[in-house]
Amino acid sequence: MSIEAVVMMIVAILVIWGGLALAVVNLSRSPDRNDP
Amino acid sequence: MSTTTESTEAKRRGAFSSRRVFILAAIGSAVGLGNIWRFPYVAYENGGGAFMIPYLVALLTAGIPFLYLDYALGHRTRGSAPLAFRRISKKTEWLGWWQVGICFVIAVYYAAIIAWSLQYTIFSVDKKWGADPEGYFFGDFLEAADITDGLTLDVVPGVLIPLALTWIAVIAIMALGVQKGIGATSVVFIPVLFIAFVILVVRALFLPGAVDGLDALFTPNWEALTHAGVWAAAYGQIFFSLSIGFGIMITYSSYVGRKTDMTGSGAVVGFANSSFELLCGIGVFSALGFMAQAQGVAVDDVAADGIGLAFVAFPTIINEAPAGALIGVLFFASLILAGITSLVSISEVVISAVRDKFEMSRVGATLAVTLPAAIVSLFFFSTTTAIYVLDTADKFINSFGILLVAVVSMLVLAWAVRTLPVFATHLNEYGSVPVRMWWIVLISAITPAGLTVVLVKEFIDTIEKPYEGYPDWLLNSAGWGLAAAVIVFGVLATLVRWRPDTPLTVPAAEPREEIDR
Repeated sequence: MSIEAVVMMIVAILVIWGGLALAVVNLSRSPDRNDP
Repeated sequence: MSTTTESTEAKRRGAFSSRRVFILAAIGSAVGLGNIWRFPYVAYENGGGAFMIPYLVALLTAGIPFLYLDYALGHRTRGSAPLAFRRISKKTEWLGWWQVGICFVIAVYYAAIIAWSLQYTIFSVDKKWGADPEGYFFGDFLEAADITDGLTLDVVPGVLIPLALTWIAVIAIMALGVQKGIGATSVVFIPVLFIAFVILVVRALFLPGAVDGLDALFTPNWEALTHAGVWAAAYGQIFFSLSIGFGIMITYSSYVGRKTDMTGSGAVVGFANSSFELLCGIGVFSALGFMAQAQGVAVDDVAADGIGLAFVAFPTIINEAPAGALIGVLFFASLILAGITSLVSISEVVISAVRDKFEMSRVGATLAVTLPAAIVSLFFFSTTTAIYVLDTADKFINSFGILLVAVVSMLVLAWAVRTLPVFATHLNEYGSVPVRMWWIVLISAITPAGLTVVLVKEFIDTIEKPYEGYPDWLLNSAGWGLAAAVIVFGVLATLVRWRPDTPLTVPAAEPREEIDR
């Protein structure tokens, strides 16, 4: 695998999976206010 | 709306029991066959690693903002797609029925692909396709006839039986209702799908040649970013992948509590969908890299998408890989899990609309919708010409159904009804991601402009060259005819009156209570 491809794969993983992690953390800070 | 009224409404229409269930159902809808068999090839063909840039731009400027529009519409109006549009304005109800018509058509053919996957999960165990997977799929399995001779009514039992089983499963899930059917299915299927696919990806990564596949997928072609077609592909992929713009997210968001953080939830759904897509890219190209090495050819020679990837390339990989049967079972089971949760969401758009319009019971509306859908599905998609009808209907209903209705409804909501500021206020009431002027600008101008470019490109391509070289009569009936018929259906359906006890105004918001922020 070329260095360029490795870098792009890592960047894609960090940005997209990192984005998911941030979105989950953000949501966990905003409690579900609906009645059970 | 008081809590008591909300609870009565939940009992009458059905509701998700919590935000978590809603999010899993929305992810279940978004994650479908397109993630597994469309994204990897689209990314590879449009710049490889460089594609991530237009892809992310499209996710942030079109995907998630459009998701918020659907959420705002359904969550604020508390109705199925037609009722939601009707409650916004009498003149927009037809847009909701147009979406319902599209969902009915998709449900009818989507079930067939799940049925094929069901059979192929079993075939994987003993590699029933033999040494020539392509010949087996089209010849022995589908028994595909020559389409130039016209449609046939010759039934293929090997497809009919799994297709009937698929519909029985869907009818059972839908009859159980929003929480016990759709919600429970998503809560189980989505984690299982994720685990199955992770095992598949790990297995694929350790195959010889996997690195070559990843190299082909991620090597950036920066020059591609100067091509409009690459950006159109990114917008198209995000749009088709997220299940936005054709009623699903409107319907689902009408089932979640009034105080739900819709913007925070939408960000999770949007990124979860893309995260799974990226995982699929890694898994699929690792496997394709192995296949290329095993056959002594370049990755470019084996790269494929759609039906060809799933039912021709993967069986070839399964034939040659160590522990191929495991790869096969995991891959086709993943298609089934992803497919069922999407088919359920597509069916719910129609069932929910029928329930709202006729005030029918859950089981009554389920049977009224799914039985005719199952009959049409079995009639058209278990025959020897099914593959051509399916391919044509899928192409046209995606481009000139989903994409067209999305652009039209977005422009109508933004410019004719001018409801975006009200939607923004609604989203901000309990939302954790602030929706400001940027969202209104995106939804009223940037996103429709981006999607219009994709639409026009599709239109020109389809006009210039008959799709797949299929005969005109097929393209004019299952293609253009079907795309036009769902619009006519949308308009005609508005002539049927709502029941007198169905309120046609937006339900009053609950008085804002002091809450801990």
